[in-house]
Amino acid sequence: MSLPLIVLLPLLGSLMPLLSSNRQRNLNALSSALLPAIALGIVIAHAPSVLAGQVLRFSLSWIPQLGLDLAFRLDGLSLLFVLLILGIGLLIILYARYYLSPEDSMPRFYSYLMLFMTSMIGIVMADNLLLLWVFWELTSLSSFLLIGYWYQQSEARRGARMALAITGMGGLAMLAGFLLIGHVVGTFDLQTVLDSRELIQADPRYLPALLLILLGAFTKSAQFPFHFWLPHAMAAPTPVSAFLHSATMVKAGVFLLARLHPALAGSQLWLYIVTLTGLVTMIYAAYFALLKYDLKGVLAFSTVSHLGLITMLFGLDSKMAVVAGLFHIINHALFKASLFMSAGIVDHEAGSRDIRKLSGLRRSMPMTAALAGLAAASMAGVPLLNGFLSKEMMLTETLETGILGGLAWLIPVLATVGSLLSAAYSLRYVRNVFFGPEAKELPKTPHEAPFMMRLPMLVMVTLCVVIGLLPALMVTGILEAAAQATLLPPRPELHLALWHGFNLPLLMSVIALAGGIGLYTVRRNLFSFQRQFTQRNALMTFEFNVRRLLGWTQLGIDRLENGSLQRYMLWLIVVVLFLTASGLLDLSQLKGSRELQPLDGLLIVGGVITILAGLGTAILHRRRLVSLMMLSVVGLMVSLAFARFSAPDLALTQLAVEVVTVILLMLALFFLPQRTPKESSGTRIVRDVLLAAGFGGIVASLNYALLTRPLESISSFFLENSVSGGGGHNVVNVILVDFRGFDTLGEITVLCIAAVGIYKLLNRLRLFMPSSDSEGRPWSRDLHPMLLATVSQTLLPLALLVSVFIFLRGHNEPGGGFIAGLVTAVALILLYIARGVDWAQERLSFQYQPIAVAGVVIAALTGLGSWFFGHNFLTSAFGHFSIPYIGEVELATAMLFDLGVYLTVVGATLMILANLGKLTTRHRPSKENEKETL
Amino acid sequence: MEALFAAVTGFLAASGLYLALRGRTFPVVVGLTLLSYAVNLFLFSTGGLTTDGAAVIQQGVSHYADPLPQALVLTAIVIGFAMTAFSVILAMRVRGDLGSDQVNDQRAEESREDKS
Repeated sequence: MSLPLIVLLPLLGSLMPLLSSNRQRNLNALSSALLPAIALGIVIAHAPSVLAGQVLRFSLSWIPQLGLDLAFRLDGLSLLFVLLILGIGLLIILYARYYLSPEDSMPRFYSYLMLFMTSMIGIVMADNLLLLWVFWELTSLSSFLLIGYWYQQSEARRGARMALAITGMGGLAMLAGFLLIGHVVGTFDLQTVLDSRELIQADPRYLPALLLILLGAFTKSAQFPFHFWLPHAMAAPTPVSAFLHSATMVKAGVFLLARLHPALAGSQLWLYIVTLTGLVTMIYAAYFALLKYDLKGVLAFSTVSHLGLITMLFGLDSKMAVVAGLFHIINHALFKASLFMSAGIVDHEAGSRDIRKLSGLRRSMPMTAALAGLAAASMAGVPLLNGFLSKEMMLTETLETGILGGLAWLIPVLATVGSLLSAAYSLRYVRNVFFGPEAKELPKTPHEAPFMMRLPMLVMVTLCVVIGLLPALMVTGILEAAAQATLLPPRPELHLALWHGFNLPLLMSVIALAGGIGLYTVRRNLFSFQRQFTQRNALMTFEFNVRRLLGWTQLGIDRLENGSLQRYMLWLIVVVLFLTASGLLDLSQLKGSRELQPLDGLLIVGGVITILAGLGTAILHRRRLVSLMMLSVVGLMVSLAFARFSAPDLALTQLAVEVVTVILLMLALFFLPQRTPKESSGTRIVRDVLLAAGFGGIVASLNYALLTRPLESISSFFLENSVSGGGGHNVVNVILVDFRGFDTLGEITVLCIAAVGIYKLLNRLRLFMPSSDSEGRPWSRDLHPMLLATVSQTLLPLALLVSVFIFLRGHNEPGGGFIAGLVTAVALILLYIARGVDWAQERLSFQYQPIAVAGVVIAALTGLGSWFFGHNFLTSAFGHFSIPYIGEVELATAMLFDLGVYLTVVGATLMILANLGKLTTRHRPSKENEKETL
Repeated sequence: MEALFAAVTGFLAASGLYLALRGRTFPVVVGLTLLSYAVNLFLFSTGGLTTDGAAVIQQGVSHYADPLPQALVLTAIVIGFAMTAFSVILAMRVRGDLGSDQVNDQRAEESREDKS
């Protein structure tokens, strides 16, 4: 299937212009046009079967878990839009070749344009709601690039930003709506959604989904009150305006209304919201189009007005109205693109877009004047042109509608007013610019544009005339196909003709045209009337509101994030208290059904000591050294508790960690104040005590509730498989190095990272070193007591031996890499303490960072090794070996992994402690020392 | 026994939290350490309190302590040490660079005072 190519070719096309340089202008334009032209050829090749009523579909699964498929379709509606996008797009490429000045980067322009074209084609061909949304946001992004093309101008940047903010926000709302629809229907497949009208409209989620999707459509199509971004998007180069505001971008909104019409339309809600929004937009924007002085401003507001017209037609409760809307999409694209091009030519050749300055240009540029005149006549709805036909259809349908009940006459009257305004501003555009006396004081001497620049206009205006004269021949086929995709059966029969006889719509048309001419002649009164209102600049208002929003946000951030750790802690704890307390409140009683275990005297003594030491740590915290000693008592008691409750591995680990923690904190305390000053106010202390008591109470209750309830554990799996699967009898160690080896790998990595972080924090740290303790007593002069030095030196080989022993037997007996590593580290630290850094540095002249890193690398490589044997990451293999004097040893690859753990623990612990200790000496970590050792 | 164990956990947690809410770095670090003891005991107890359970797999023995919480707590102890070390050294660095051992952002407080 060649359907994806239609989207893909313009996407590749966005790279083509980048291949040639800015100076090769013709090559640039040609290379850009090549791929879209091929895509257009493919579309035309498919056209006959689509016109015959077929729906071509293509689907490729993309992210099935999300329901996102790369699915495209080509039905009548898609065909209509793709023809407009590619056709007008190609004409724009030609036009832009002559419009852009040599200073503007042409490759960049064409590249953005192609990107935009791709996303637009993606929207109209998507066969999956999520995919449609992806392309929808892509148009917001690429139009941002296009509108901000002249990024040197502040107007362009701000206009682009506002367009992105408004349409992007609408797109997000639309996504939410799509998700709701997807939940109702159960899929994001477009066809299924379109077939589920009853299901969707009966669901209570229909209302929010509809509102959200309409928000997306209305922001994109610049419907009131979201219309304000569009006039400011006029800061874009004129070819961009001609493309974005005729066939694409703003048409995406009305396309969405047509696309989802079968699924969403038909309800009262749809009828009222869509019709009335369209009507209000149509009249409001038409009025302002009449007042603008900038040519592009006039066209911008008229675009908004005509989009309102189309929106209204899609809202009305008649099928013919939808057909009229589709017809007007074609007509508006043709005449509006031509008019924008004429505005661009005037700007280019006369140097101004100000209606007050321009006049009488028909003498210097007769061809442009003729083409612009015809296009404007079409916009005004003058007979024999295409705009007249769709306007007549629109007026006919407004007469038929039953909306507003007894006030139904309002709709046709207001529609006539809208047409009247449209006629007036069309007349003003042509009369003021091209007729009247010749303008003086123009920045340039006006002259006719080159033929190739006028050619795109010529093509489109010719189409306007031909469609106007021969509507049945030209557009009936495509309109029927598009209506087939948009409407549920039975579909109305189409009778497009120039002449329908004398009837009410014709009268309304005549009133509109005559009234338009009349209003134009008295326009000066209108201008003076308008002058009494203060002018409001939408861009200023928007930016003011954005700044105010940012101000509020900043205020909120300042409140929440005030730089006080105490405040953060408070919030954290309050939330935790709330969450856990609410869980406990749900329990019928605290105590569970499990039988309690008996207490004995030893346990009571241990428990009481732990509690007292814990409280002591807190109460005596201002005397820091005492507090620290209390803390070490707690650590010791925790270690004993582990031993008491059959966890020797934990007891050993806790004991070793306790030693290094206390050494660490004592070293740190040397550099920190010895006492905490009395700062907290009485209320603060009461508050904290209450908080702490509440927290402790909840933790204790939770723990008690847990301990007294029967236990379902997955541990039996580990107990059963430890020997057969992991080759070790020490289940804890097997879990660490085998079953949950990946977790351990993560943990030693964290340990290593923490140690490296600490090393960097210590680098070049300058701290005040007290010469005496807090009571003013000098430090002991006996820096390295003889006794300690002798004992530590004697202990070292013994400790290393023990750590090897613990390491080797770790798989089968209590022990393992963690504990062995800690034992080694403690032995070496003891050496530092006993002998001083200078002495130890001479003998341990290696760096600890490589050791820690090597540990992580060994562990990771061990895991990777199992891949070579076709196993999963970290699968271990093991066998029995007999080593003399040590006995039967099971050597598993897990032991290699454990070696990594061992090295990491040794390296990290020493990296932390030894470097902290070195702070007081000339070996302190610094850039210079680093270089020395490397 | 369960009640005593729960009480120990609760008191340690309360003391730890009280310290963590202080305004100076050192008590906060000590408090976090104490809190991590409480958390470790709590985690450990989720496997039940086993008296005289076998530590390693032996033939004919069926009374084992739950190994899974033990493995979790073992790594938690080591990581807890790393965390304590990092926070205390950070506290030293803060004192070295800013000259204060207070946990609240002094500059933020000063600027607030300037405003008011």
